[in-house]
Amino acid sequence: MSEFFAMGGYAFFVWSSYAVVAIGLGGVAIASWFERRLALAALEAEDGDER
Amino acid sequence: MQRFANPRRFKRLSAAILPWSGLATVILFAAGLWLALIASPRDYQQSETVRIMYVHVPAAWMAMFVYANVAIASAAALVWRHPLAEVAGKAMAPIGACFTALCLITGSLWGKPMWGTWWVWDARLTSVLLLFFLYLGYIALANAFDDEQRGARAAAILAIVGVINLPIIKFSVDWWNTLHQPASVGRMGVPSIHASMLTPLVVMALANMAFFVTVLIWRIEAALIGRRLATRRLLAESAAASAGGQRA
Repeated sequence: MSEFFAMGGYAFFVWSSYAVVAIGLGGVAIASWFERRLALAALEAEDGDER
Repeated sequence: MQRFANPRRFKRLSAAILPWSGLATVILFAAGLWLALIASPRDYQQSETVRIMYVHVPAAWMAMFVYANVAIASAAALVWRHPLAEVAGKAMAPIGACFTALCLITGSLWGKPMWGTWWVWDARLTSVLLLFFLYLGYIALANAFDDEQRGARAAAILAIVGVINLPIIKFSVDWWNTLHQPASVGRMGVPSIHASMLTPLVVMALANMAFFVTVLIWRIEAALIGRRLATRRLLAESAAASAGGQRA
């Protein structure tokens, strides 16, 4: 197991790469998802007013 | 293609795609990460750093693929004035910029142990950095004007002119002497990458593609709702104004 995390002595470079990708793609995904949620909520609130 | 330019049709299409693209993203990333980190062998020259390839190369492919799509959407927006094309281009660009940044960063993290340097100003690296700036320029221009239409048109022209950079990126490793290695995948006839490494690469690339589709649908839906609300507000305002005029 520790051998797996050591990545043949390149742990910093390999794990940093995967971490950066996770943070980058995760960030875009979460931001976009929230934007959609907020838009849907705003639409619902306005439709509610009209009724 | 024209039929999907209608926002209502898009809504129906996206509702059908979204659960599948979301599911595919989760499954493909799970399988891809397992293959990339555990099931695939280390490289005889690069040891474990070859695992960086499984995130670096898909990010590079997506960076270029998304840019091509931004340019196509831009052309459609300019020529046919499709409302959805404009929205789609604007929704894609931040995802593409993210892929480009990830490509540059992971490339740097791969370059340091293998080339001995984080960065060189060679043709491949420089042209990808230019791609990143094209994305930033597109996003900045699209949001730079009070008149949304003008901003969208200026950004669209930049996106189309910037397409010239895509073949430069692709062939930079053949046209110039670069530190970056030439393509290993997609060369006809010569299998220069073993199946044990090609499989995780392809699965990770498909995961990135499914991710892009999913997040893009979220972003377009949010933008379409935003437009609808803005139009409604404008109509309500003009109605109130004309009602006020009649009373006076």
